[in-house]
Amino acid sequence: MASVQLKDVAQARAGDKGNKVNIGLFAPDEEWFERFKSQVTPERVKDHFKGLVKGDVVRYELPNIHAFNFVLTEALDGGGSSSIRMDNLGKCFGANLLRMEINVSKEVRKEEKR
Amino acid sequence: MKKVRIGAAQGFYGDTIEPAVATAKKGDVQYICFDALAELTMAILKKDQMKNEKAGYTKDISLQMKALLPYVREKGIKLLTNAGGINPEGAQQEIIRVAEELGMDDLKVAVVTGDNVLHRIDEFQDRGISLNHLETDQPIETVKDKLVFANAYIGARPIVKALESGADIVVTGRTTDTAQFLAPLIHEFGWGEEEWDRLASGVFMGHLLECSAQSTGGNFSGNWWEIEGFDRIGYPIAEFSENGDFTVSKVEDRGGLVTVDTVKEQMLYEIHDPANYITPDVVVDITNVQLENTGPNKVKVTGTRGKPRPETLKVVMGYENGYTGQVMVGFSWPDPLKKARKVDEIIRKQIKQRGLDYDEVRTDFVGYNSLHGPLAHEYEEDLNEIYLRMAVRAKTKKEAAKFSRLFPPLALNGPPTMSGFTGNTAPRALIGMWSALIPRELVEDHIQIKNVEVSAIG
Repeated sequence: MASVQLKDVAQARAGDKGNKVNIGLFAPDEEWFERFKSQVTPERVKDHFKGLVKGDVVRYELPNIHAFNFVLTEALDGGGSSSIRMDNLGKCFGANLLRMEINVSKEVRKEEKR
Repeated sequence: MKKVRIGAAQGFYGDTIEPAVATAKKGDVQYICFDALAELTMAILKKDQMKNEKAGYTKDISLQMKALLPYVREKGIKLLTNAGGINPEGAQQEIIRVAEELGMDDLKVAVVTGDNVLHRIDEFQDRGISLNHLETDQPIETVKDKLVFANAYIGARPIVKALESGADIVVTGRTTDTAQFLAPLIHEFGWGEEEWDRLASGVFMGHLLECSAQSTGGNFSGNWWEIEGFDRIGYPIAEFSENGDFTVSKVEDRGGLVTVDTVKEQMLYEIHDPANYITPDVVVDITNVQLENTGPNKVKVTGTRGKPRPETLKVVMGYENGYTGQVMVGFSWPDPLKKARKVDEIIRKQIKQRGLDYDEVRTDFVGYNSLHGPLAHEYEEDLNEIYLRMAVRAKTKKEAAKFSRLFPPLALNGPPTMSGFTGNTAPRALIGMWSALIPRELVEDHIQIKNVEVSAIG
């Protein structure tokens, strides 16, 4: 097995609402969508954001666009206008998620474009 | 088949108007719609209004109107905006003032009010409505005395009524962002109250356009370096067909990129359950949406589905939640991180020694972990420089102001090479957000639409 960082294969954008952050994670195609589905689980995302996100993580699936929507609760130190963080609107949460690595076969690692 | 073309003008309070002017000139649009209000914006506008009762709307409306009113006159383009914020009537007056200054006549400016419910909290409670926090279920009593604003999110119908009354410009307070974009479609196509799929498609179009360039290449997390013309980026334009399908594009000679990849990133922006995106007009399901590249900078959107609108409206309230004071100072090589950490230690000791009363003291190292926090990777190489940023949460403005004064002496009293001090920043009020649901008719019964006709003077 080899590993791939999500940054090299996926797109992600984050947005805020109150004290929640959502992250759209976009796979390039169906094959990658299935890989993300089995490996980028809500449990793993919650663990990945330890220290930044206090609450639970819910994952929604959008096979129609090969995407997932993660909703992270108690994620913003109280919410945009109440937070004293630098990233008070959670704009960088998408980039943060793209740090995650997933397992792929060696063949896939070689095929990877970038 | 009848088609309506709508252009996006603004993604937030402080956005540039230049791309919307290009859309007015060359976009062949009938409507230009603005989203002026983020959750945070109402708090900013309330602060403005507390200083000056005539304020409370987004100040850039004067500039926007000056830039776009000539196209309203020449081409009959209609403008829809929620720039009214806390003071929609003030915004209406300002639009009229600009129109008169430009010597316009035969212009109708409508205002929609009734979203402001701050003065009705007791009434709602007397009716037995729970205003407990939507997520945490905490009782409203914990913040009731500290509320600074309370506005219900209203939908497109009042804006449609204003258009039916012949308005060229409709300004509102807290109507939803997507309502600005949906209203022209209901008005043009005459959709009924229960054409859920079409209404949902209209809302979803609004969702894709409301954050301006975020669907034309702005903030794109893919190969962003391949996007041309960020310096003169185009804002999205939707061409909407009567059957509910639409195509997103932009003015051809503006920069940016409209592809399935740029559009889909905006698709989930600030959405929670994609099968149940709740708006006052319709509950939207985007889990069957198909995006298709149909030409250069053209993406066709089909398959949006709708479900009946909710019986409640969301009220977002802001409450005073203390103050923050913050400081940023730099340290140079060698060992900048070590120096910054030492200063953090010194400041924390001094806070204790002086008995300063802070609920939270936060430390970030800019250039290292200020944006990713505990997820930042450890540096292995020597760093050129690091900025220390510290912030505190205080109950009073006075206590918050004491914080930054701890820093200047350290230019001489602490580790070497402290530099790049950006000066003392004034304490900033923190505003907490409180959401609750209330029966929609309680708000809708109070909605008023007032049309004013501008006539030429002098």
